[in-house]
Amino acid sequence: MTKNPKLVLPEIENYHSYSVYTANGGYNAARKALKQTQDEVINEVKASGLRGRGGACFPTGLKWSFMPKVSEKPKYLAINGDESEPGSFKDRQIFEFNPHGLIEGALIAGYAMGIKAAYIYIRGEYHKWVNCMQDAVDEAYAAGVVGEKMKATFGIDFAMDIYVHKGAGAYICGEETSLMNSMEGDRAYPRFKPPFPAQVGLWGCPTTVNNVETIATVPAIFNVGASEYAKLGAQGHAGTLLYGVSGHVNRPGVYELETGILLTDLIQDVCGGVKNNKRIKAIIPGGSSMPPLRGDEIEGIKMDEESLKKLGTHIGTAGVMVMDEDTDIVKVTLRIAHFYHHESCGQCTPCREGCGWMEKVLKRINKGDGTSQDLDLLLSVCDNIEGNTICALGDAAAWPIRGFILKFRDEFEAKVKKNRSFQALNVVHGRRESAKTLVFEN
Amino acid sequence: MEIKFNESELAEVQMHIDKYPIKKSAIMPVLWMAQKKFGYISKEVMMFVGELLDLPYSHVYGVATFYTMYFKKPMGRHHVQVCTNVSCMLLKGDELFDSVSQRLGIKHNECDAEGKFSLEEVECMGACGGAPLLVINEDFYENVDIDKVNSILDSLN
Repeated sequence: MTKNPKLVLPEIENYHSYSVYTANGGYNAARKALKQTQDEVINEVKASGLRGRGGACFPTGLKWSFMPKVSEKPKYLAINGDESEPGSFKDRQIFEFNPHGLIEGALIAGYAMGIKAAYIYIRGEYHKWVNCMQDAVDEAYAAGVVGEKMKATFGIDFAMDIYVHKGAGAYICGEETSLMNSMEGDRAYPRFKPPFPAQVGLWGCPTTVNNVETIATVPAIFNVGASEYAKLGAQGHAGTLLYGVSGHVNRPGVYELETGILLTDLIQDVCGGVKNNKRIKAIIPGGSSMPPLRGDEIEGIKMDEESLKKLGTHIGTAGVMVMDEDTDIVKVTLRIAHFYHHESCGQCTPCREGCGWMEKVLKRINKGDGTSQDLDLLLSVCDNIEGNTICALGDAAAWPIRGFILKFRDEFEAKVKKNRSFQALNVVHGRRESAKTLVFEN
Repeated sequence: MEIKFNESELAEVQMHIDKYPIKKSAIMPVLWMAQKKFGYISKEVMMFVGELLDLPYSHVYGVATFYTMYFKKPMGRHHVQVCTNVSCMLLKGDELFDSVSQRLGIKHNECDAEGKFSLEEVECMGACGGAPLLVINEDFYENVDIDKVNSILDSLN
């Protein structure tokens, strides 16, 4: 296979329409997969090494195998297109340019797990892309590849429905259990796990939640073959990724490339380098909830989960945010804290209150009213949020704040010191002991 | 305006109900329909949606207030949204927001007196590669600057 094949976003004009999609081999993967047994399909996906593209990188085939084989209740597939992670804008490309790839992937996934209906959850802000997706689903129904008619089309005793569900502006809905509550018609509060969605999911029935890109990649596996697909990209994290590069680069955008590409190549060769030839100060490799990297440590870094994990960060949604040397890191951190404060659903105290306090303290530091102790206070708030909440939003809020403070402490301290010749760390007047907590800084 | 759906709208409600195994699940699409027709989700609208879906007012209130895109007060004919999240901020989205706010004379989540414009400082809308981003109602304008935004706003009536 050629290097960096375009499997998820082929560069073919009008690929979004059913006729062009089928003229280019569309729905052949489904024809192939639907002739195999369910276990064979799952094993094929396992063998391909496909890992979830929503951020957690969970092996997709393994996730599918968690679904009960026999169930009295109907089984559902929820496709997560909430895509609200700042820096991430890849699923939108699939809705616009390859919606039938998503539908075909959903059919294969649905067949493998015996799904009754698949729901595609798309964030509310994506008005246009909800319509793109709905049009494609309508086309697929009309062509008889989805719904009751697919029995005749594919010549098998299996049918599933696909529906599009539009969100209404809540980052938390990208969390799988919260997405299910949102779809059920409740406030989108995350649920405790266990029970996991494969046991108790949508409407109390077994459910699998997969990211849009994950499902849209499935047809490619059956087209090229699992063993060929597994050879693509980095070891332990096979395939191609939709990298979304934004910030201070000359050519921002979504690029489909193999995993394990050098971060420097991605920025220099693919995205045309940094604007105005400036140096890089910081990079967030996978959406705003991932810990950042310093510009001086990116040499030789490969963009796949295993490589990034060694550096204390993650590939996440592969939303790469590039910041040049003039970037105010404190301001960026404050903006991220504001985001998580705004988006915390309010269910768990550590996240609801902690995110609020992080924003307040960072505001104070950004204005020049902070103290050095505020930095340690922020780190302690991070420690108290992480791991103490029902869902991962708390962790997602804590990681970047901690990451920025640890990697750019000098920038925070500079803001602290700028307006202050001394700082009273413990303001208890009239007591001799308090004198030792007075720190003089120049 | 009377809070009521006509027959074809009621058929659309039924179509949404049929998509899900339980009636309650149709609340989000029905709230979207209601917002489109009545402009915003008032207490009366919430009670109306509750009646349609056999849900108590308190439940509809809980859901409608959870999501930022359901307006709880009247908004302008042109709902102007500027993203100031990281990718947009790096390319001066925050300055863009300030300049729009100054031009329209309104702040975040406010509506002008004539009901022509309302303004919102939005979180990431998934257009990071086209930062900075301006959205008017449902239309995305990517890679904008202050001049482009001004000419877009000039063209609206």
